[in-house]
Amino acid sequence: MNVNVTDSPGQAPSYLDQTEAVSARFDRLKKRPVVLEVKGLGKTFDSSQGPVTALKDINFKVHQREFVCVIGPSGCGKSTLIRILAGLEQASGGAVLLDGKPVDGPGPDRGMVFQGYTLFPWLTVKKNVMFGLQVSGRSGLPEQEALQWIDLVGLSKFANHYPHQLSGGMKQRVAIARALANQPRILLMDEPFGALDAQTQARMQSHLMEIWKNIDITIVFITHDLDEAIYLADRILVLKAHPGEVQEIIEVPVPQPRSPDHLETPEFIATKKHIESLIHPKSLDEEEGEHLNMMRMVHVDDAVGDIF
Amino acid sequence: MAHSSWFAVRQALAPRRRFVLSLMSFGLPLLIWCLVSYVPGIWHPMIKITDPGSASYFSDGMLLNKDLFYKEQIRLEKEGKAPPQGIPANPVYLPTPGAVATAFYTAFTTPPQRRDEKWLYQSLGDSISVIFLGFLISSLIAIPLGILAGTFDLFSRLTEPFVEFFRYLPAPAFGALAVAILGINEAPKIAIIVIGTFFQQVLVVANTTRKIDASLLEAAMTLGANRLHLLFRVVIPGMLPDLFRDVRVLLGWAWTYLIVAEMIGASSGITWFITQQARYKNFDNVYAAIMMIGFIGITTDLLLAWLSRRIFPWQRGIKA
Repeated sequence: MNVNVTDSPGQAPSYLDQTEAVSARFDRLKKRPVVLEVKGLGKTFDSSQGPVTALKDINFKVHQREFVCVIGPSGCGKSTLIRILAGLEQASGGAVLLDGKPVDGPGPDRGMVFQGYTLFPWLTVKKNVMFGLQVSGRSGLPEQEALQWIDLVGLSKFANHYPHQLSGGMKQRVAIARALANQPRILLMDEPFGALDAQTQARMQSHLMEIWKNIDITIVFITHDLDEAIYLADRILVLKAHPGEVQEIIEVPVPQPRSPDHLETPEFIATKKHIESLIHPKSLDEEEGEHLNMMRMVHVDDAVGDIF
Repeated sequence: MAHSSWFAVRQALAPRRRFVLSLMSFGLPLLIWCLVSYVPGIWHPMIKITDPGSASYFSDGMLLNKDLFYKEQIRLEKEGKAPPQGIPANPVYLPTPGAVATAFYTAFTTPPQRRDEKWLYQSLGDSISVIFLGFLISSLIAIPLGILAGTFDLFSRLTEPFVEFFRYLPAPAFGALAVAILGINEAPKIAIIVIGTFFQQVLVVANTTRKIDASLLEAAMTLGANRLHLLFRVVIPGMLPDLFRDVRVLLGWAWTYLIVAEMIGASSGITWFITQQARYKNFDNVYAAIMMIGFIGITTDLLLAWLSRRIFPWQRGIKA
């Protein structure tokens, strides 16, 4: 299974090829206790055109301190999936088990970070982070604990600021601190960096990796960004649409710990190509008639007749 | 340049321009009033007699139609008698800004014409207490009910259909009923204000409550919040600034019901003052009293807006 990248420039490696170190790590990972298990999960919505199956027979396991990304074309139900995991929506069938116990409704054992920040605008950063500690009635000093989490995401200076005074990236760091302060078993993230600009997004990814490395947290992360998924994930759950089903669970062959340098490696590119072919099959694009009816609409004697 | 146009669509003007325009919004009506009052020839359809001359039925200070005055003047001149003298004037119902401004002060200093009548400040005080009590009673019930209806569908279905129906019943229609039940003094007036305010208030507050971003509730639930937490730690704090704004708007409505309410039973308060002064044709006092209501209203509103900015520092972009 060992692939020597430099010796075979002509032939691209397959995403299935893992170095010994990577392969050994996956063996160890799979021996860790299972935190989250999803069994035969299905979700049907009632619409005016009759029932619509959003999710069908989803099965997967997430091990302790694993980072799983969920990716898929729009309409594959990835948001529905994570909302069911969070308990914000009810599944039509199947079960979600957290540490072997079925999940019923939302709870502090599953933290969630939303794309839209969802910070409480009337509370300061500190009080936002304290919210979970206070409502779950945990003992200890919520204020001290909150400040520690704020420090962890590097926002100590902003503890007394209100959310509207923060940038998008900072808001999302507060949201992460707020979710982590409850010390959940699993952190669910629904396209958390989707609204951020590319640079902030990259910085947030590094922050998240640092946090993940240093605390006992298992992460399920929804994204539509292939690079983000491959860069962050141990394994990637690829969904397909109509109905939302698991298409493949990919073990990312890029070694951990990761850095932005890995974005250029052959295993990264091979994995990306493979997922791309899963999500956007060539034939499908043509089927959907995804081409523009273009004709030349520039005057013949226009000053700039040709842009090339 | 587009950005400096006075007519840029949905774009704020420069602060100085905005300030000048705000002044003009008061200044222009005042200017028109001044022009009509002080510049002869714009309107002035009447003549105010300064010297009745030998016209038997004219007297000093009398207001006459121009036609009648000139006819009489020509007649007396032909007969060789002393013609009446007069200056152009506006009808009695349009006093000059100066007269109204003076009335603002004198209305307070003039003692009541009869001993059992009230001074102006007492009448104003009565009005304010009726408004305050009516609005307070309405708010104490309507705000909690509105919040519950906006939060729980159960309360919404249980109350809103009826409230929706009842708010179409005009509050003044309950006047006679209120007097029959509550007597002729303050109580029926307060009741009219409550009836006029309460039903609108429930619906407005319920709708404001519903505007809370559902994702904030979801976030709170994933943090372990139970139903009571959602209500008291998310819904209520989240809606407070909007509630505050609702209260400001509704308080304005309550003032409009005041005038009707004060005519019910024994006429009282500022309405009594206005009707009384109109009877004596002291229209300067009438204008002054109407404007006092305006000033009290806008002062309360500005005060509440200022207070809102103070207690909700996290609310940016809410304009007064």
